[in-house]
Amino acid sequence: MYFRHIEDAAALAVGRSPAELSRRQFLKLTTLAGSGLTLGMVLPGCGTGPGGAAAGPLVMPFVRIAPDNTVTVISKHLEAGQGVWTGLPAIVAEELDASWDQMRVESAPAQVPMYGNLAMGGKIQLTGGSTAVANSWQQLRQAGATARAMLVAAAAKAWAVPASEIKVSQGVVSHTGAGRKATFGELAGSAAKEPVPTQVSLKDPAAFSIVGNEKLPRLDARAKSTGKQQFAIDVMLPGMMTAVVMRPPRFGGKVSSFDATKARAVAGVIDVVQIPRGVAVIGKDMWSAKKGREALSVTWDESGAEKRGTTQLMKEYHALSRSKEAVTVTQRGDVEAALAHAVKRVEGEFEFPYLAHAPMEPLTAVCQLSADKCEIWAGCQFQTVDQANAAAAVGLKPEQVSINTLAAGGTFGRRANPESDYISEVASIAKATGGKYPVRLIWTREDDITGGRYRPLNYHRVTAAIGKDGKVAYRQRVVGQSIVAGTPFASMMIKNGVDPTAVGGSAPEQYDLADAHVSWSPPTVGVPVLWWRSVENTHMAFSKEVMIDELAHAARQDPVAFRLALLGEHPRHVGALKLAAEKAGWDSPFSKEKGRGRGVAVHESFGSVVAQVAEVTVSGDKITVDRVVCAVDCGIAVTPDVVKAQMQSGIGYGLSAALYGKITLTDGHVDQTNFHQYQVLRINDMPRAIEVYIVPSTNPPSGVGEPGTPPIAPAVANAVRAATGIRLHTLPFDLAAARRARA
Amino acid sequence: MSIKLTVNGDTRELDIDADMPLLWAIRDHLQLTGTKFGCGMALCGACTVHIDGQATRSCVTPVTAAQGKQITTIEGLSTAAGRAVQAAWIGLDVPQCGYCQSGQVMSAAALLAANPKPSDADIDAAMAGNICRCATYVRIRGAIHQAAETLATGAPAAP
Repeated sequence: MYFRHIEDAAALAVGRSPAELSRRQFLKLTTLAGSGLTLGMVLPGCGTGPGGAAAGPLVMPFVRIAPDNTVTVISKHLEAGQGVWTGLPAIVAEELDASWDQMRVESAPAQVPMYGNLAMGGKIQLTGGSTAVANSWQQLRQAGATARAMLVAAAAKAWAVPASEIKVSQGVVSHTGAGRKATFGELAGSAAKEPVPTQVSLKDPAAFSIVGNEKLPRLDARAKSTGKQQFAIDVMLPGMMTAVVMRPPRFGGKVSSFDATKARAVAGVIDVVQIPRGVAVIGKDMWSAKKGREALSVTWDESGAEKRGTTQLMKEYHALSRSKEAVTVTQRGDVEAALAHAVKRVEGEFEFPYLAHAPMEPLTAVCQLSADKCEIWAGCQFQTVDQANAAAAVGLKPEQVSINTLAAGGTFGRRANPESDYISEVASIAKATGGKYPVRLIWTREDDITGGRYRPLNYHRVTAAIGKDGKVAYRQRVVGQSIVAGTPFASMMIKNGVDPTAVGGSAPEQYDLADAHVSWSPPTVGVPVLWWRSVENTHMAFSKEVMIDELAHAARQDPVAFRLALLGEHPRHVGALKLAAEKAGWDSPFSKEKGRGRGVAVHESFGSVVAQVAEVTVSGDKITVDRVVCAVDCGIAVTPDVVKAQMQSGIGYGLSAALYGKITLTDGHVDQTNFHQYQVLRINDMPRAIEVYIVPSTNPPSGVGEPGTPPIAPAVANAVRAATGIRLHTLPFDLAAARRARA
Repeated sequence: MSIKLTVNGDTRELDIDADMPLLWAIRDHLQLTGTKFGCGMALCGACTVHIDGQATRSCVTPVTAAQGKQITTIEGLSTAAGRAVQAAWIGLDVPQCGYCQSGQVMSAAALLAANPKPSDADIDAAMAGNICRCATYVRIRGAIHQAAETLATGAPAAP
């Protein structure tokens, strides 16, 4: 997901005075809290504890300190593996001077503006665009520092000493002269009676001991290694029934009629109801619901359905790329003149398939509906939108919909969709069954793989050249569906006809190019598309980094040196690229063994720059990635080990798409149904060695969940070309087909 | 029909369909939710349990085939290999989203019980049936090697 383009987010996204903006935002929030409108300061109503101190918790919007000495950070962001349940507590713990052992985390309720994402103006609660840590950084530092100041004020009062003489370390508040000390838990109740300070000072980053600590363990590792972590699919409510939905076999189809006689006859089937997106079969357990669905007969109205297949679509995309129907994305200098006078010229055509996200937890949500309340349990990524869509489905107001955000078994963007597909479905089922019982909706894997909301199919046509003066000219046409067109986000995000989630991150944005032209032709296709881990960068980085590499090759220049010469205005690219090259031993000659090759790519996305060097072995038509060296500049690395894990993860996710990922359609029907056809990366294909290096930085934190994905596919393609001379321009890679095409 | 299952040492009689996969009996009828549904076709390994010590995909195992056998889920994993695997998983911060990890842990524990010092190729062979979309594979491999070392040097503590 990518929201940097939303206008009112611009100031924060480009890092202009984030501290001041966040302070204002924070004060606004705490003022709201004080007015009782939102979860704010709650004064404890209990009596006194030992020694006369007030017992009770200190409850603030983002931090709760309990008498048992636990510090719970309220996470406004979804934990879907990317590590926010560790990163966000780390920020608070740092400013609070807490001990890591006392830190806990829980999900915030769905509530804006309190828990809005500041990277988009705070109006929408969502986790996406790799913004979680970046937009929370100042907010949670303030929250931690504020809670610390209140603990100190309470101690100063109790001990009758000046606050300035009080120390806080590892969760203990102390005053040496008075010989007094207390835990946070002991002070929480009286701290809650202190006024919320309007100004607090933040730590000098040089004094950080938790932020940037390489050894900080994840807070969720134990629960997730012992089967105790609860996901939406694990929610068990008394009397709960389980639903599966039969959806149209082609996108855009609608229910014409259905016969539930046989489905209702299946033992355990409780109900069969029509909902806007299909027909739901409800059973007393998953097995009966699934068997009931198999027995269901539905007649579909396919008059508005998409009936084209991907072969035909790609043919149309090729034609569109040669038509004049396009909007200009970037225009620099005079690319036609520069191409006409070039001394070296490289052409490239690139094809990218639809891709399913395929998170390991198939989409699941639980809903309990009453006359005036709708409660949802799900791994929600887009709470504000989900709340509105669920409200519309059940006929309540958004504020009557409460959301329990649970850990998600992966998302990669899938759970944030403007129509809230699975959330709307479960709410619709609850509505259609009159709220008689809590209902749990489970998508099967087949529902997930065939269910759409794919990374868009794309075709790129690029001409790149080097002139007599050594300057690079670059012309690119991109053909691919818009992700936001037709959604409520279109008016906010589409500027001058350009959807940045379709065509961001192009060569002229990332290299010093005087003459460049990038244009975009968005076809109208009925296959629903969505942001897929790193969004437009998945394809834009690929064509860019492969073309730049082929230009270097044409110019007989070293691929790293060639890039560095084009990065004068991109110092962070230079830093990451040099670090990756150095750690990979780029300057030393690479193996001369047959079939071995080394390739490089660098790309900025979500405010971070990632460079990767991939070493491959090509044996017959099989590509094995032996080693990846990755360097990332993500500003201050709040939790370095999580950053490393996200780079490993992004590399694996990108490599999965490079080697296997492909959704195809025949006559509008999706050809793949499960992991035997939609193949994904397994342990035997994961590079044995992945080394991650973090570029030291004092900049505020930027994204890490997505930026590791874009460079890996082009780095591997470039390595394969170095090894074999074969250009890989179609994903997923098919060496045999590429050899045939060359012959 | 009446089906008798012994899960984590407890024997329970359930009134369920004979063709119900063990996965749904464990999850929906015994409320042991640590075992996950991922694909329903034995393609991803999220549903891995031990049946008489063997790593088994519960999503394609009919309950009738599991009757009279010792079924162990992640909740009941208590072998030395299981403890070593979980300790290594936590120590190396293997999980990300965590959804597949019950199955990964069960497969890894079965591997180490059969082969206390697996090579990388052994790990590939035993673990390739377990998909992790977060691609935690580098750490899974590292944690299995670490657990093997722990097992070689003494009994690991419960995680």
